[in-house]
Amino acid sequence: MSVIIILIIIGVVVAGGFLVAFIWAVRDGQFDDDYTPSVRMLFDRENSAESTTDEGSSENQTDKQ
Amino acid sequence: MKQPCIHCGSDCGNNPVIWNDKPFCCHGCKAVYQILHEKDLQHYYQIQPMAGIRLENPPQLDKFAFLDNPEIAEKLLDFHDGEISRVTFFIPVIHCASCIWLLEHLHQLHPGITFSSVNFPRKEVHITFKHQQITLRQVAELLASLHYVPEITLDRLSKKSGSRTNRRLLVKIGIASFSFMNIMLFTFPDYVPGGEFIEKEFRNLFSILSFILILPVVFYSASDYYLSAWKGLKKRIISIDLPITLGILALFLQSSWEIFHGHGLGYMDSLAGLIFFLLIGKWYQGKTYESLSFERDYRSYFPVAVTRINSGGQEIIPISKLRPGDRILIRNQELIPADSLIESGTGSIDYSFVTGESIPVVKHPGDLVFAGGRQTGSSIVLKVEKEVEQSYLTQLWNQQEKYPEKQLLRSQINLVSQYFTVVVLLIAFTAFLYWAGRDFSRAIFVFSSVLIVACPCALALTIPFTFGSTLRVFGKRGFYLRTADVIETLHRTTDVVFDKTGTLTLSRQMAVNYTGQPLSAEELSLVRSVVQHSSHPLSVTLYDHLAPYPVLPVTTYSEVPGMGITAEVNGKRINLGSHYFVQGSHLEETASETRVYLSINRQLKGYFTVTNIYRPGLEAIVQNLKGRYRLHLITGDNEAEKSRLREIFGEDAMLLFHQTPTMKRDYIRKLRSEGRRVLMIGDGLNDAGALMESDTGIAIADDVYSFSPACDAILSASRFPLLHRFLKFTGSSFGVVRVSFALSFLYNLIGLSFAVTARLSPLVAAILMPISSVTVVALATFSITFLAWRKLGRM
Repeated sequence: MSVIIILIIIGVVVAGGFLVAFIWAVRDGQFDDDYTPSVRMLFDRENSAESTTDEGSSENQTDKQ
Repeated sequence: MKQPCIHCGSDCGNNPVIWNDKPFCCHGCKAVYQILHEKDLQHYYQIQPMAGIRLENPPQLDKFAFLDNPEIAEKLLDFHDGEISRVTFFIPVIHCASCIWLLEHLHQLHPGITFSSVNFPRKEVHITFKHQQITLRQVAELLASLHYVPEITLDRLSKKSGSRTNRRLLVKIGIASFSFMNIMLFTFPDYVPGGEFIEKEFRNLFSILSFILILPVVFYSASDYYLSAWKGLKKRIISIDLPITLGILALFLQSSWEIFHGHGLGYMDSLAGLIFFLLIGKWYQGKTYESLSFERDYRSYFPVAVTRINSGGQEIIPISKLRPGDRILIRNQELIPADSLIESGTGSIDYSFVTGESIPVVKHPGDLVFAGGRQTGSSIVLKVEKEVEQSYLTQLWNQQEKYPEKQLLRSQINLVSQYFTVVVLLIAFTAFLYWAGRDFSRAIFVFSSVLIVACPCALALTIPFTFGSTLRVFGKRGFYLRTADVIETLHRTTDVVFDKTGTLTLSRQMAVNYTGQPLSAEELSLVRSVVQHSSHPLSVTLYDHLAPYPVLPVTTYSEVPGMGITAEVNGKRINLGSHYFVQGSHLEETASETRVYLSINRQLKGYFTVTNIYRPGLEAIVQNLKGRYRLHLITGDNEAEKSRLREIFGEDAMLLFHQTPTMKRDYIRKLRSEGRRVLMIGDGLNDAGALMESDTGIAIADDVYSFSPACDAILSASRFPLLHRFLKFTGSSFGVVRVSFALSFLYNLIGLSFAVTARLSPLVAAILMPISSVTVVALATFSITFLAWRKLGRM
């Protein structure tokens, strides 16, 4: 049964790890803005890559007018 | 046929600016489109069509010249070293996904900008740039060239943005939830059949772990409650936090005692759960509108720097260095920072931020101009008379201590919690004495049981969730409260005081009437052609009023500030303006209305009268408020509109005219000293004193993100017709509070019956506490959402 003790301690430690990660994320300011990232992730990477490096695929050329 | 501008979506009118076969409403919009087109950033228009911003008044060339001043730049920068600098700009016009996209692609517009990121809720953009390649001023000018004009004001210089308190609360919630979940697992064996057969070593391990886990919750997560209970005690007030603190301490001590005497885990799970729920309530109630500012004073409105003229020429100085006697240069669209005398130039000063009146006032050399006005027209030179802090308007704030703790002390909720605490303590002591005669250790157990079970968790959650939900449903409908406490002061209002100009009247639209010889369609078209070229509010109004008539080319044109316009169209000489300007003679004018005289080929045709329009829905609102509140109207205007206002407001209302800002404030003070609870609704800086003095101050704003005076709530002007419903709804919120209170008292009664009979086991506590909390939370949230949907309509 002593294996349960080890499991419990591992459980608490793992959970504690997530707690530390959460505290780090809060301190880092990741919860300060809960809206912008949801919009940002929808932006097309390709479009900006095309204009900065000029490696855009041909289908993007149709966007140009 | 309406043709929307490709950039901003507004109507292009009859003469759109065409570039690349696309219509634009103005050259400003075209210019932005050109920049984005050249830099391959047209994606801006694909994310959200016509997302652009139209600028009514393009910024002056050297508007941001003050950013070259190292002292100011130093204050503004978040960080800088030898190579890079980082700055945060507040840009109120950020409104959509396209804005975010463009502002995060600034590096494509200038290689000196390495990184930029937007914080949408705060309407801020953080920009990192190499200051060898681009200066701070150029960054600001780049943003302005895209019509994202940064707002740089004095108070943003002095306080760096920060959401530290919010972060700390989140950490506290995280710790509480972590401990709550783990302790619950450890406690679980005790609650299931057969749990008593668990081995001693496990029981000990679980107890020790629970005890360790609860420590940060009790000593860190819940610390705010002890502090606030203690603060209340020092002021001789029993706040709701006192019974909470007692409950937490009783739970902690009782459970620790049980753990160290080997009786099990005690109530550690209930304790962690209690604190977790309380903190969630606090977080829910603490919703704030980060991009709105409720505590603005003159510093958030005044410019950061001003151009001083000295013997050697011009220099830009921070406004804090401005001294009486300095000579300053105020250009078109710049603000007057201190009370001054005009030395040269003609002032045409727009006091719309101050009074709500948008028609500029003409001032000549030698005249005194007050701080807060905005010059429209050519540059003027001023001699500063008073320091910025000593100016007429800024003094209004300085006399005022910042937000004294209004009315919170005697609020109904605290009253309830006072009785509650006293009753609970009485019950605890009675039960203690009753048991003490028979079994002393059991008496102590009963005493702490009563405190534990009576801990007003459900009671304490009622307010945060009811008011937090109300705050949200109001916010979704354009009525933004500073804090949830405002709901209570709104509910207790007895008197409603209105300002007139800009509050009851529309600030941008005016009604136009014509008196005189009838004008032909051609003549009206001539008038419209002339006013098209002027940015004076009266011209803009006339231009809009005469919308159906086509615009003709104007050959000669000149505008005399504060006087009028003279121009030649189709070979006809058109004069528009004051009677003196048009006819060359002064006329005894009635001060009650604004007239624009018209002559064609030096022959007087007649005049246009421009009057304010009352906000739509005003009469309905007044009708609705009349029965329930005493109504007052205080305005700086003359009595021209008195009969009309009397008709709307009825015989019982107080109508006061010719009121200065100080008189407005004193009037509110007088009402309050008579025991009235005053709701003040205003819009301009001249109402700021009154708004602050009132129990609840509501600022009404066409654009809630632009300037509004310090207040308790901001009402979006388009939602003005809902005002009486908002006020009424606070009553519904209190109804929900009462029902929830009743429910939580019921739970308390059940719990107390267990406690006084010495039968409160950890299991009972573990079931009763979460159930009462969750039902109260659900009741409060759902009923407010439902009531809002029924009484305030859809969003």
